[in-house]
Amino acid sequence: MTINYFEHDLTSLHEQLVNKEVSAIDLTRATLDNISKTDDQLKAFISTNADDALAQAQKIDEKADFSNVVTGIPLALKDNMATKGIQTTGASHILEGFKPIYNATVVEKLQNAGAISVGKANMDEFAMGGSTETSYYKQTTNAWDHSKVPGGSSGGSAAAVAGGQVPFALGSDTGGSIRQPAAFNGIVGLKPTYGRVSRWGLFAMASSLDQIGPFTRTVKDNAVVLNAISGFDQKDSTSSQREVPDFTAKLSGDVKGLKIAVPKEYFGDGIDAKVAARVKAAIAQLEALGATVDEVSLPHTKYGVAAYYIIMSSEASSNLQRYDGVRYGFRANDVKNLEDLYVKTRSEGFGDEVKRRIMLGTFSLSAGAYDAFFKKAAKIRTLLIEDFNKVFENYDLIVGPTAPTPAYGLGEEIDDPTAMYLADVLTIPVNLAGLPGLSVNAGFVDGLPVGLQIIGKPFDEQTVYQAGYAYEQASRLFEQRPTIAKEY
Amino acid sequence: MGTGNFETTIGLEVHVEMQTNSKLLSPSPVHYGDEPNTNTNVIDFGYPGVLPVANKGALEYGMRVALALNAKVSPFIRWDRKNYFYPDNPKAYQTTQSQTPIGTNGYLDVTLTDGTVKRIRIKEMHVEEDAGKNTHGSDGYSYVDLNRQGTPLIEIVSEPDIASPDEAYAYLEQLRQVILFTGVSEAKMQEGQMRADVNVSLRPFGSDQYGTKVEMKNINSFNYVRNALIFEEKRQAEVLRSGGIIQQETRRYDEPTKSTILMRVKEGADDYRYFPEPDLAPVVINQEWVAEVAENLPKSADSRRKHYVDELGIEPYDAEVLTQTLAMSDFYDATVAAGADPKRTANYLIGDVNAYMNKNQVELQETRLTPEHLAGMIKLIEDGTISTKQAKQVFEAIMIGEEPETFAKKNGLVQLSDPDLLLGWITEVLDNNPQSIEDFKGGKDRATGYLIGQLMKMSKGQANPGVLNKLLLSELKKR
Amino acid sequence: MAETTITRDEVAHVAGLAKLAFNDVELDQFTTQLGDILNIFDTLSEVETSDVEPTYSVTENVNHLREDVANNWNQKQDLLNNAPLEAADLIKVPAILNGEGE
Ligand SMILES: [Mg+2]
Ligand SMILES: [Zn+2]
Repeated sequence: MTINYFEHDLTSLHEQLVNKEVSAIDLTRATLDNISKTDDQLKAFISTNADDALAQAQKIDEKADFSNVVTGIPLALKDNMATKGIQTTGASHILEGFKPIYNATVVEKLQNAGAISVGKANMDEFAMGGSTETSYYKQTTNAWDHSKVPGGSSGGSAAAVAGGQVPFALGSDTGGSIRQPAAFNGIVGLKPTYGRVSRWGLFAMASSLDQIGPFTRTVKDNAVVLNAISGFDQKDSTSSQREVPDFTAKLSGDVKGLKIAVPKEYFGDGIDAKVAARVKAAIAQLEALGATVDEVSLPHTKYGVAAYYIIMSSEASSNLQRYDGVRYGFRANDVKNLEDLYVKTRSEGFGDEVKRRIMLGTFSLSAGAYDAFFKKAAKIRTLLIEDFNKVFENYDLIVGPTAPTPAYGLGEEIDDPTAMYLADVLTIPVNLAGLPGLSVNAGFVDGLPVGLQIIGKPFDEQTVYQAGYAYEQASRLFEQRPTIAKEY
Repeated sequence: MGTGNFETTIGLEVHVEMQTNSKLLSPSPVHYGDEPNTNTNVIDFGYPGVLPVANKGALEYGMRVALALNAKVSPFIRWDRKNYFYPDNPKAYQTTQSQTPIGTNGYLDVTLTDGTVKRIRIKEMHVEEDAGKNTHGSDGYSYVDLNRQGTPLIEIVSEPDIASPDEAYAYLEQLRQVILFTGVSEAKMQEGQMRADVNVSLRPFGSDQYGTKVEMKNINSFNYVRNALIFEEKRQAEVLRSGGIIQQETRRYDEPTKSTILMRVKEGADDYRYFPEPDLAPVVINQEWVAEVAENLPKSADSRRKHYVDELGIEPYDAEVLTQTLAMSDFYDATVAAGADPKRTANYLIGDVNAYMNKNQVELQETRLTPEHLAGMIKLIEDGTISTKQAKQVFEAIMIGEEPETFAKKNGLVQLSDPDLLLGWITEVLDNNPQSIEDFKGGKDRATGYLIGQLMKMSKGQANPGVLNKLLLSELKKR
Repeated sequence: MAETTITRDEVAHVAGLAKLAFNDVELDQFTTQLGDILNIFDTLSEVETSDVEPTYSVTENVNHLREDVANNWNQKQDLLNNAPLEAADLIKVPAILNGEGE
């Protein structure tokens, strides 16, 4: 059988499984089939695990307990989440062939719920990049235009969902790596509040910023997946003990009385005029639906990129020191001594962007630079958080564009790191403040999707989803699908 | 103290391994001597994606040491990363507490060989992780065992208040005893549970600036520390006297030659790129928590010795022996608390029990002796139920876990003190030995000795000698 | 505004700390790129922060601790299987040069 995920949301797939109109095996086969038909063009997967997935599906069919909404439903995992016995590379040469011997908590949770991971999605190497072009393995393309980037770093996860290969996928977001590729591919991506989802098993880029979240076609699906992966985890010291609410609870389509703030800085220099216009139209639609909308200021926004790149690269430089060729992964050949082993393994094993960030971070933490860079950035972080706190005293949500431009052409920006870094200006502050941020499709500019970013108070994903859902249902944009997803 | 015209400045950074059940950041067991890499998991191996969770027990042990060293326990702790590459350091950073140490501003009062007491200030102490172990093969390879990796350490950093090799030695001895009596570590030197990093510099007397310091790391013998310092004092003085300069360098102590050997010259400070550990939650230590830890802190060796000498009447030397280990001192206290005579208890522990431990090469806690059993045996002696001679058999038995009274009864090891029974035997012996009675009356003391011998033979050695003696004398006088 | 500049030598020094090696061309390229990025970083010096506390983490958690209970996950064999080189249950690495490390 074939299945086109643009015709079924998670709730309907679940009902079909419950009513035995379809089996987990059917879905898994169809998904693998989707991937084999389209991955030549999308190149969304680093690896698939068909045998394993089918075996798991069979067990689930035998057990026939579809009590969880995601039971029996296939998905893709970004290749920086540890899967026991299944190659996990972080899209880096240095982890080629590496098979973790443990599962990430999100993997464990989804597995226990009976969801079936069919493969590991492509990404920027160690999640460092905004276009999935720094992957050691392949170049994922945008689901809407294969000459464009899918965004990044979770580009493979986003393209797999937008291209209709899988009904949902997980990504990780350190500075926009879920929201920006969601925007570039016209789907829904959420970066949850820091601490909402356990990071155990997520190959760390920047520990104080990283967060795992779902990619889906619809807001409701997104909330369903977040329900399945959230919650306190003793193994993650930063995981929140707060109770996890039902994230689908406020999906009524109603936004009357919601107070929405629009930061003027989010429409400043560098924001593509057509993107700005699309997003303003989306905000106007929310207003028409009954929300109140005011312009506000987040005055430290322009310092976000610098603060972020210092903090992120500093933490990353330390987190990536463990890749030394000693205990696992790639080890360089023909080394004279230990020092040589370290240097050769790391120099051959890491790509340029990773090296660039390691260099930046190592420099920012070094004796002469620490106060002026790392510590200074940590202070700016405080100011950015205070900006948000002030706005949230009077507003429920903050909205703006997800990215300053639509997806750009493959190879267009990769050689200009500073331009790439500045493109993260709209997503970065959310990570620095640990807030939940959603990107939903706000329409198209020259045939390419544009994202509306909805930012909430800490742990208030419910209200974020409420607004995203209302907009999505009113705009019906989620019904649009790229050519590649039209025929399965 | 010093050498010639120079005064010596020594600072010590001492690392002590804690005897926790599990590691600082992973639940792997802390256990010495197991097969390589047995006590490791993905956290200890620094796998991608793993996260640390700090061990509450290790933090509380750190608080104990801080309290025992008269330091202020920090109300807020944020862990830090110290970055450096080495095969025994899998994450390439060590989790430590550089900015917010568990304790600050402590001190240790050290009794020097001349009997004077010197206060050595302690700057700070950190709870941190130990590294694994590298073995250097002769085949061009090194071999890494990560069993020890992540074992909680307490690092104790002294101020440069130590002025001589002997002071350094005395400080280390005293520090070891204080640590022992916190119950945090057994500080076994041979197992590397206590290791010292030594910083030493010389300066002309009267100078207000410290000289350039030389560093020696990870010395796990107090004697080696002293020898290394003696050598360094001489070496540095000679360099300075001949107009040379001391380089900032790391040296290594070489025991066979009792000298130090240059390892590397430091060009500027090492750059460890310390920064706050984002994977661990901060720790807030309130007064209640400190009080709770203080309550569980065992009493110090000093206060125990004072108690033994002043209140229990124990000889100072014996009190010293009893407080050589926390286990011995705790055992002593428990035995006395179970009602045993303090002096007899001390004698047994210092004498027979120590001899038993030496002979069998076991620690006190590895024997099956309990304070209750030892106290039971001592009470049997005190109330005359068994003789000290019989006690030898009972002692053997309680060392292998027998209950003393049950054992004594089962083996007929009961002293006979019943006057009626003893009088019967006395009458019989006197009737059979008129000559001895004559001798006694003639003033020959030897006579009673002979008679007692006869009586003991009759009682198969079980007669209570004290009672027997008294009865015999009064019977002799009657004849 | 203070301009942070980075020299080729400094880049080489940082590479040494990070255990990375670059050839001459790469070193020049990195020096230029890092210089450009550092110029962005320099904008932070515009902001007066002397009274601002740094934020190192946004976690709400305090005292997230583990009871001192040992639990051996028995992963030794799997761990050693993943090691590039292993002998007698030990991880094998090229000789450590004298004087390196801690
Ligand atoms: Mg330290
Ligand atoms: Zn240390």
